[in-house]
Amino acid sequence: MEQIKQKEKNLNPFETAVEKLYELFDNTVLRYSVLALMVTFLVYLPLSSSLFTQEIMTNMFFYVVVCLGLNIMIGFAGLLHLGYAAFFAVGAYVTGIMSATYGINFWLTLPFSMVAAIIAGLAIAAPTLKLRGDYLAIVTLGFGEIIRYTVRNVGITGGAIGLIGIERPVFFGIVLDKISHFYYMFFILSIIAIFISYRLHDSRLGRAWQYIREDEDAAAAMGINVVSTRLYAFIIGSCFGALAGSFFAAKMTAISPDSFMFIHSVMILLAVVLGGMGKIPGVVLGAIIVTLFPEVSRDIGQYRLIIFALVLLVLMLYRPQGLWPERQFISTKK
Amino acid sequence: MTFWEIFLQQLFNGLLIGSFYGLVAIGYSMVYGIIKLLNFAHADIYMSGAFVGLITLSLFANTFVGNAWLGIVLSLLISMLLVGMLGVLIQRVAYRPMLKAPRLSILITALAVSMLLYNTVMLLTQGQYKPFRTGLTHDSFFVGPLRLTETRVVLLVAAIALMIILHLFITRTMYGKAMRAISLDRDTCQLMGINVFQIVAITFFVGSALAAAAGIMAGVYYGTVHFYMGFLIGLKAFTSAVIGGIGIIPGAMLGGLLLGLLESFSTQIPFVGTVWKDVFSFVFLILFLLFRPTGILGRAESERM
Repeated sequence: MEQIKQKEKNLNPFETAVEKLYELFDNTVLRYSVLALMVTFLVYLPLSSSLFTQEIMTNMFFYVVVCLGLNIMIGFAGLLHLGYAAFFAVGAYVTGIMSATYGINFWLTLPFSMVAAIIAGLAIAAPTLKLRGDYLAIVTLGFGEIIRYTVRNVGITGGAIGLIGIERPVFFGIVLDKISHFYYMFFILSIIAIFISYRLHDSRLGRAWQYIREDEDAAAAMGINVVSTRLYAFIIGSCFGALAGSFFAAKMTAISPDSFMFIHSVMILLAVVLGGMGKIPGVVLGAIIVTLFPEVSRDIGQYRLIIFALVLLVLMLYRPQGLWPERQFISTKK
Repeated sequence: MTFWEIFLQQLFNGLLIGSFYGLVAIGYSMVYGIIKLLNFAHADIYMSGAFVGLITLSLFANTFVGNAWLGIVLSLLISMLLVGMLGVLIQRVAYRPMLKAPRLSILITALAVSMLLYNTVMLLTQGQYKPFRTGLTHDSFFVGPLRLTETRVVLLVAAIALMIILHLFITRTMYGKAMRAISLDRDTCQLMGINVFQIVAITFFVGSALAAAAGIMAGVYYGTVHFYMGFLIGLKAFTSAVIGGIGIIPGAMLGGLLLGLLESFSTQIPFVGTVWKDVFSFVFLILFLLFRPTGILGRAESERM
């Protein structure tokens, strides 16, 4: 690629190194072989690792899915959503109630969980999306708390104790009840989520989102329906969350209101911001860091949230673009 | 109790709770009016105010035996000053550098500050409820059918007095005038020689001080304080600000009183009761955003580009 020109900007050593790396990965063969190696490694990992490692890795894949879901709202469309955990609560509870109380097959509950998330998303987003982004932020924040409050006080959700005895899903005659099963399940889910995210990012809809995020008025002037385009981002993001929640319920077999605290919404948000809003590999990296960080540093325990808050603050003040750097080169194709 | 007794009692309760909401809502509304930021940390400033009040009150515990109100007023003033300075500090560190950045960034820093305050207090108190010992008596007396205590009457009067003082500050002083001007057009104000950053800092000071006052009053009223007390009242104060028309200060007071009354009367609706009153006010927020997002006092305005 000779036609790539460097921006008139001084790069620090870290960024220069990253640019070198990017150049290296312009080689398609190299890029795909590295990806294939990573996938092969992850496929073979459960065969030779402890249950503990598998559990953490499963959790990590779960976070990759929900973070990519939130990234559609925050990263692509620029909508600050502070109650994302509520949406996976919706999915988890729909699956939980249908499966534990009425004994319905797990796979049949998935469409219902998505529909419930869409309804909840519409109820929240439709009044607020026409207004400034701040309203959406506080309404989603309130919604997260209201959902938790509601499931705690309603009979059908099992109150504060929650639901137990959610059935294991059956996949072609195999009952999925081992951690390695869920490892593969969430692994496949996260690959699907990455694939969908890339396709959405490059789609007409995805470009409309980015346009609105950059300049709402200009986008509206060009004939993009700002409200409905944002609503799509909200609905698709909510579906990601609800599906992840359903699978989460199937994995845990028991859910309670405390599985969906505000802190989970914050951790997902932190992962997205940390990796870099809107950048898919960045978000995946953020999800990995946020899930692995508490595992490698258990003794910080109670200071964890303060550290998260400080990281969020410092990131926003000094590196708002996140860890995964943007390419500094601009292509000047003739 | 007859209908009228219940009605009057709930009216008084509603006004009292509503005046707390109003005091917190003013902070949201002022900050929103001046820099168009929804200050998530405001609810936690309210909570911090209650804790600072608790600490200062315990310092005076032995000084003013027999005259509990003097101690409360003194600790109220000191806490308002300290928490007002906390508000200015937050503004300086977390918001001022972000004013030119994309909107999403400043909202995230606001969230981070909120989490920081909340978790720090949680850690310091080990997540426990702390008793707010005031030394006040709980003797009640009757005015007609209305059962009152001295505490409740004084709190309501004090809250309304604070609102009147604020109103005078906004309408009668140069600082108030500058605030109103900045909320109309920040850039022009700068050109006219108004020190915008100074006025923004004063706005944060006043808003935070009022939130601290509300926090201490809530402590006196409920008798306990805890790290989580800010969350719901923050949401409700925001609802109040929206009801009155965000950015409009009398609107925030009005919205607060209105929401307090609504909530207080909603407990009498059989299905809603006390369990669902928080959900009720949230539904009310959604309905307001749906049908009248500019609030009662607000006018429909198109955003400038």
